Amino acid sequence: MGWLWRVAPRGPTEGERRDAFALNLSGFRTEGRRTRMGRVCRYLPVLPEHAMALRTPLHDQHLSDGAKIVDFSGWDMPLHYGSQIDEHHAVRRAAGVFDVSHMCVVDLRGADARPLLSRLIANDPGKLKSPGRALYTCMLNTRGGVIDDLIVYFFADDWYRMVVNAGTRDKDVAWLRQHADALSVEVLERRDLAMLAVQGPQARALAAPLVGVAAERALALKPFSAAVDGDWMVARTGYTGEDGWEVVLPAGEARETWQALLAAGVRPCGLGARDTLRLEAGMNLYGQDMDEDVSPLACGLGWTVAWAPEDRDFIGRAALEAERAAGPPPRFVGLLLEDRGVLRAGYPVHVPEGEGIVTSGGFSPTLSRSIGLARLPAGESGRCEVEIRGRRLSARIVSPPFVRHGEPRIDL
Amino acid sequence: MSEVPSELKYTSDHEWLRIEDDGNVVVGVTDHAQAALGELVFVELPEQGSEVGQGDACAVVESVKAASDVYAPITGEILETNEQLGDAPEKVNQDPYGDGWLFRMRPADVDALGDLLDADAYQALLDELD
Repeated sequence: MGWLWRVAPRGPTEGERRDAFALNLSGFRTEGRRTRMGRVCRYLPVLPEHAMALRTPLHDQHLSDGAKIVDFSGWDMPLHYGSQIDEHHAVRRAAGVFDVSHMCVVDLRGADARPLLSRLIANDPGKLKSPGRALYTCMLNTRGGVIDDLIVYFFADDWYRMVVNAGTRDKDVAWLRQHADALSVEVLERRDLAMLAVQGPQARALAAPLVGVAAERALALKPFSAAVDGDWMVARTGYTGEDGWEVVLPAGEARETWQALLAAGVRPCGLGARDTLRLEAGMNLYGQDMDEDVSPLACGLGWTVAWAPEDRDFIGRAALEAERAAGPPPRFVGLLLEDRGVLRAGYPVHVPEGEGIVTSGGFSPTLSRSIGLARLPAGESGRCEVEIRGRRLSARIVSPPFVRHGEPRIDL
Repeated sequence: MSEVPSELKYTSDHEWLRIEDDGNVVVGVTDHAQAALGELVFVELPEQGSEVGQGDACAVVESVKAASDVYAPITGEILETNEQLGDAPEKVNQDPYGDGWLFRMRPADVDALGDLLDADAYQALLDELD
C-alpha cells in the first residue's frame, strides 16, 4: 500500500516513494502540504530554526494519556488519543481540551503598542475600545499576502497581546521587532506560558472552577473577550465552532490543570479533531487556505480588513486597494461533495468560469459527508466538479460554516 | 504491537494475502497499516472482473488523515470486492484480517505467490520501521 502523491506538484522520486508510507504515518496535514513538509524534515537534517523537535510542557502527559504524536511545524504534538472521530463528537456534544501550547503568545508592552498594531494589522485596533476585547485579523506583507492570521487582545493602552501560529512564530516575531525598532514598544515572546483550548457546549461550566481567573469573572465573559489574572488569561475564543475558552497559563501549572480538566470529564483531543472541527466551522488554516502569496480578499477573510478609517496606512493596504480596483476577487467557498469520496487539499475544481482548487478538505464527522474549502474564479455557479484521481465528482457550492454549535448549517 | 497472523502472506506495502483452497487469494491491508492510517472514512474498490497487473494502484483507502493507494499484490483478475465497506469502511480498522478484507483475485501466475513475504519476514520489516 502506498500514498497518493498525485495532488503534489510532482510525483515522488524513488527514495521518497520508499519513505512515503513512513512519512505519511507521521504527517497530519493533507498530502500536498505534507509532501513538502516531509521532504524538508527528511532530507534536510534539521528544521531551519530548531535542531530538534519542540515539545510543549504537556508532552509527557500526552504520552501517558496514550497520544499518537506527530510532527506539526517542528513540534511534537498529539494527533489523537485513540479516536479522532470520537474526540470530534465530544467537542460538538460535551467538552474537549486541546494542548495548543505550540502557538505563541506575544505581548506588546509600551506606549507605542497601538501605533505598531495600527501599522501591522489589516483589521483596525481602534475597534478594541474596552480592556479585554479581542480582534481577529491578518498581518500582511507589502504585497497584501498573509504573513499570519492571529487574535489580538487589548488589556491596557501599553499592553496588547497577540496569539500567533506555531509555524509562523519566528517570522512573526522578527517582523514585529523590525517594525517596533523605532517605536517605544517591546515585543515579548512568552515562552514561559502554556495554552489550552477547552471547547464544547459544557466546556465553560466544567472548566470554570479550574482556571486561575475567578469563575464568576470567567463565566461572565462575552464572545471575543478575555480576562486576566497574573499570568492566567481566559478568553472566550476558539477554533471549533463551539462555545468555550482558550486559556493561557504558566507552563508549570499546565499539567495539573490538564489532569483536573480530564478528571472533571473533559476529553483530551488532538490536532486531528482540531482540524475537522475547524473545517466544519468554516475556519481557515494558515499555510493551507492562505499564505504569503494569498491576500485576505482571496481566502474569505475580506471581512477582517478594516478599510476605514481611510487614512490608516497599514502594511498591505495599497496592494489590497489595487487588487480590489482590478475586479472581483476569487470566490472562497465551501464545498459539499455529493458523490462518494473525500475532498483533499490540492484537488482541481471545475466551474463554468474556469478552474479552482480545494484548499482544505476532509471528512465531516458531524455530517458524515466530505466537505472542503475552495478558491474558485469569480462567478455565480452553485455547483462544481472536483477532480479526484482523474474522475470528476459532483459537489455543491455552499456558504460556510457547515456546522455551528453542534448543528448542521447547510442542507444535505 | 500489531498483529501478524502466521498463515498469511504479505507485501512490503503493508498488504496481506490469504491463499484459499481453490487457489484464489483474498487481499487486505495489515493491522499495522490500518493503525497507521487512522480511522477509515472511505474505500474505493476495483471493478469486479477487471484485470490488474502487479503493482497497479487498484484501490484507495481514505482515512480522516489522508488517501492512500492499495496496489495489486499480484497480477490477476478481480473476482469480488467487499461491498460492505461502502457503508462501513471502519471494518478495515476493526477487523483488518477478517471483515475488513478488500478484494478477491484469481492469480494469473501461481508461482508469483512465492515472491511474497511470509509472516516472519513481514514482522522483521515492521521491527525495522520501529
